[in-house]
Amino acid sequence: MALPKIVGIETELGIMVRGTSEWNPVSASSLLINAYVGNQPGGLDDRTSPIAWDFVDEMPGADARDYLPPEFAMPPEIETHLVNAVLTNGARYYVDHAHPEISTPECRDALSIVLYDRAAELIAVESMVQADAALPPGQELILYKDNSDRKGNAYGTHENYLLDRLLPFGQIITGATTHFVTRQIFTGSGKVGTELPGLTQQDIPYQLTQRAEHFEEEVGLETTLKRPIINTRDEPHADSQRYRRLHVIVGDANLAQVATFLKVGTSSILFAMLEDHALERMHPLADPVPTMHQVSHDLTLRAPLEMDNGKTMTALEVQFDLLAQAKEWSQSHGLESVGGDEVGNMILERWEQVLTGLESDPDSVAAQVDWVAKKRILEGFRERHDCDWDDPRLRALDLQYHDLRPTKSLAARAGLETLVDDVDALEACHEPPEDTRAYFRGKCLQKFASSVVAANWDSIVFDVGDDPLRRVPMLEPGRGTVEHVGAILEEASTVNELLDKLGA
Amino acid sequence: MAEREQIKKPSPRRDAAKAEQAPAKSESGEKLKADLDDLLDEIDDVLETNAEDFVKSYIQKGGQ
Repeated sequence: MALPKIVGIETELGIMVRGTSEWNPVSASSLLINAYVGNQPGGLDDRTSPIAWDFVDEMPGADARDYLPPEFAMPPEIETHLVNAVLTNGARYYVDHAHPEISTPECRDALSIVLYDRAAELIAVESMVQADAALPPGQELILYKDNSDRKGNAYGTHENYLLDRLLPFGQIITGATTHFVTRQIFTGSGKVGTELPGLTQQDIPYQLTQRAEHFEEEVGLETTLKRPIINTRDEPHADSQRYRRLHVIVGDANLAQVATFLKVGTSSILFAMLEDHALERMHPLADPVPTMHQVSHDLTLRAPLEMDNGKTMTALEVQFDLLAQAKEWSQSHGLESVGGDEVGNMILERWEQVLTGLESDPDSVAAQVDWVAKKRILEGFRERHDCDWDDPRLRALDLQYHDLRPTKSLAARAGLETLVDDVDALEACHEPPEDTRAYFRGKCLQKFASSVVAANWDSIVFDVGDDPLRRVPMLEPGRGTVEHVGAILEEASTVNELLDKLGA
Repeated sequence: MAEREQIKKPSPRRDAAKAEQAPAKSESGEKLKADLDDLLDEIDDVLETNAEDFVKSYIQKGGQ
């Protein structure tokens, strides 16, 4: 049986400070996060600095292809000196290279991830308000939930899926590559123009995704250059004998909640099917990297993609066949691995609805798919102002779609359908999900913040006074839930009591 | 404090049920057009002035 598809999303945000030419993105990102964390009531007690991230288990240079010689790829560096906080909802909020980045807590299913992704947006909005209060008058800090500055620089929205270590990595490569290339038809956030050398705005006025053009390899360890469709970072943040964390770097940041839901939901189903040996037709592509660009550039969704068997299929045809196999799998294996019947069936229904809409009339899914919603605005603006695709106002609209300020955001005005209430998302800014280990992390920070020295994905370090520091491992992402530790957390009035009850 | 918060938790499943009960409306073409006109009116108000400089100054290095 497939393992529960526990999932998290890391979002790197675009950042700007207006009203001054003297700013740098690292300082601005630090100011942003410190301003947010320093202004949160409760949780942090009498501490003056946020709970530190614990780097002891970080090893982003580990490669899933363990047969490769170590000199094959340069391992990414870990920047341990930058701002790095853990939030009471179990999320991580930190400076990554030159961007603020927020990682959702571990979520049990695609709907839970939509809630915590929306919470991350609200945290970013609140952070901007707090940062502006700390900046000199006339300066304003702005965050964008996008993936490209449209000048050749990209930054990621990474999904992370819990997979069975027994699933051979070669099968992940074959099974996932085609899905990642073809799912772009509903995961793309849209981009005006092109960033590929040799192509111009005349060639590509508008395309489906922000990210596709930044991918150059099929498989690899890199994330900042020569980006691969399948990233081999082997850093499970869990029991490495049992689990793998697949680090998926191909996705766009979505403002449309249905797009986020489908991006994670369809991929969760695909991985569960691989674990259940139920994906019979994987439709391997002849040449995935150029095909990834081709799909992004094809607004008709009808381009024939070269398959490995010499035939051609369209992205829609591939997706419809993955959906058909997913339906069969749901009948034979059930939907427990992707969060149960309610969420699982909702993924299948929405998947079909969006594919059918894209096939018959893409405009009919303008409330569900970002690239369609954005294109509708751009086309409307062009018609009203009689301007061509190279008008700078269209590029400004493209960027402003992703602006997270409620007063400026075009996505917030585009009539996008919501799957979660903002009331619930506001609460999720502080409250962890109850059905993963994020519950234990978040509740410990709420109740025992002054005794927490550091935390990371798979452990928490407590200071219990005179004794040495105590590390509580959390190597099982599905344990530490309200069901497992809710009563213990409730009853314990001190950290020593908590550790005694846990038997730690 | 934990007691109250544990009872009043984020509950995405409730929204799942709601979303299923009230699927996206299939709006007529005219309604969509009117919505778009309203949206474009609003965009004319909120669109960043000096679009060219605004876009040029957006440079984001050092990302993954």
